[in-house]
Amino acid sequence: MASNEEILAGLAEIVNEETGLATEAVELDKSFTEDLDIDSISMMTIVVNAEEKFGVRIPDEEVKNLKTVGDAVNFISNAQA
Amino acid sequence: MARKVVITGLGATTPIGGDVPTMWKNALKGVSGAHTLEDEWVAKYDLPVHFAARCSTPALEVLSRVEAKRMDPSTQFGVIAAREAWADSGITEIDHDRLAVAFATGIGGVWTLLDAWDTLREKGPRRVLPMTVPMLMPNGVAAAVSLDLGARAGAHTPVSACASGTEALHLGLDLIRSGKADVVVCGGAEAAIHPMPLAAFSSMQALSRRNDDPEHASRPYDRDRDGFVMGEGAGALVLEAEEHAIARGARIYAELAGTSVTADAYHITAPDPEGLGATRALKAAMFDGRIQAEDVVHVNAHATSTPVGDKPEYTALRAALGAHVDNVAVSATKSQMGHLLGASGAVEAVLTVLAVYERQAPLTINLENQDPEIPLDVVTSARTLPAGDIVALSNSFGFGGHNAVIAIRNV
Repeated sequence: MASNEEILAGLAEIVNEETGLATEAVELDKSFTEDLDIDSISMMTIVVNAEEKFGVRIPDEEVKNLKTVGDAVNFISNAQA
Repeated sequence: MARKVVITGLGATTPIGGDVPTMWKNALKGVSGAHTLEDEWVAKYDLPVHFAARCSTPALEVLSRVEAKRMDPSTQFGVIAAREAWADSGITEIDHDRLAVAFATGIGGVWTLLDAWDTLREKGPRRVLPMTVPMLMPNGVAAAVSLDLGARAGAHTPVSACASGTEALHLGLDLIRSGKADVVVCGGAEAAIHPMPLAAFSSMQALSRRNDDPEHASRPYDRDRDGFVMGEGAGALVLEAEEHAIARGARIYAELAGTSVTADAYHITAPDPEGLGATRALKAAMFDGRIQAEDVVHVNAHATSTPVGDKPEYTALRAALGAHVDNVAVSATKSQMGHLLGASGAVEAVLTVLAVYERQAPLTINLENQDPEIPLDVVTSARTLPAGDIVALSNSFGFGGHNAVIAIRNV
């Protein structure tokens, strides 16, 4: 079971791999679309990579609710519980 | 009088050089880009061919990891060549609504397609990347170049197998002459050194099996030629309406004087043994450019090094140029870089433009015993092209019976 800090760090690595953004830029209150400029195709790639990394399933209909990095960390954390 | 179209920018990434200056220096020196493949899949699938001509500069040494991630390898090569050509043209201001792209490929995103199929089978549909479709589509390279340069007058992808790159120039010339664009970035890109295409081309007996001596495997016009060598890479040329180029004080390499495309309608893969379709293409390109046989001093031949392909091209050249063919310096540059399939016509166009501009013909290597049935004047050592007004032709022929020819004239 990963802590929220570990999930954030893992997510930041995935975002960096996909978009080249510095991992420090991936903060809990950042919006994927508004702040990080991540398009829907990159978002789906990030979701699928996060599923593999954290051993969870993020349903497609749930993805639109993951507006901020914090939303994603919480979802993954709850899904792992 | 049709608008005159000139060439003002050149780009390439090939097995004998990752940019135009390196490629050109090597093309005049005569080097081989073919080497033994070190990939584990050669032994894993027991491929009958163990070598190919890879790009000398890997795409990831030029592009950032993040931008490369969204491109098939063929598109990566195309974007690298297009950026070089664009920078070389010196264009800084342009009406983007008058800028078009005509960028070809023979096969398209074969790595992406087959990687995604492997992923589906091994990991299931969830793991198939959302970028798969835009990466595998054959228009991916034209779209990427259009996006990169902001070309909004249309992004086109001629697909005619190994004639594709030359057909892109044919289309580009038309777009400018007909007034649909003032500048067109033309080219071709290919990245098919993957076990499946190697197996498929092998199974049709098209590839050389000279596994113990890859550097000497591509030997157009040689008595002992036994097939082509798979290459990869891209070439790009900036075509520009002459008045547009003059208005901005551009350096002009040459004129794209004429082009043509014909179809054999003879056989799906075999060339017409009489070379009739190729002859019609040569004559049509010369007619289009108002060119007499005596004007032609140099030909960059298609010459892939297959036993059946090289001779009909000779027959066609003799039919189109008559006795004057004996005075023409013929270069078979696939001897150096292998066959870049849908990119070959674009790369050879770059070489042909430079031959006219620099008055030097690139070399043909590995010609030890010239096939007596192909008595062409093949350039095997340094050759200067004559002063004065000259024309050079470049031929490309593709499976499907496609024939494409371009004519380059000095300015």
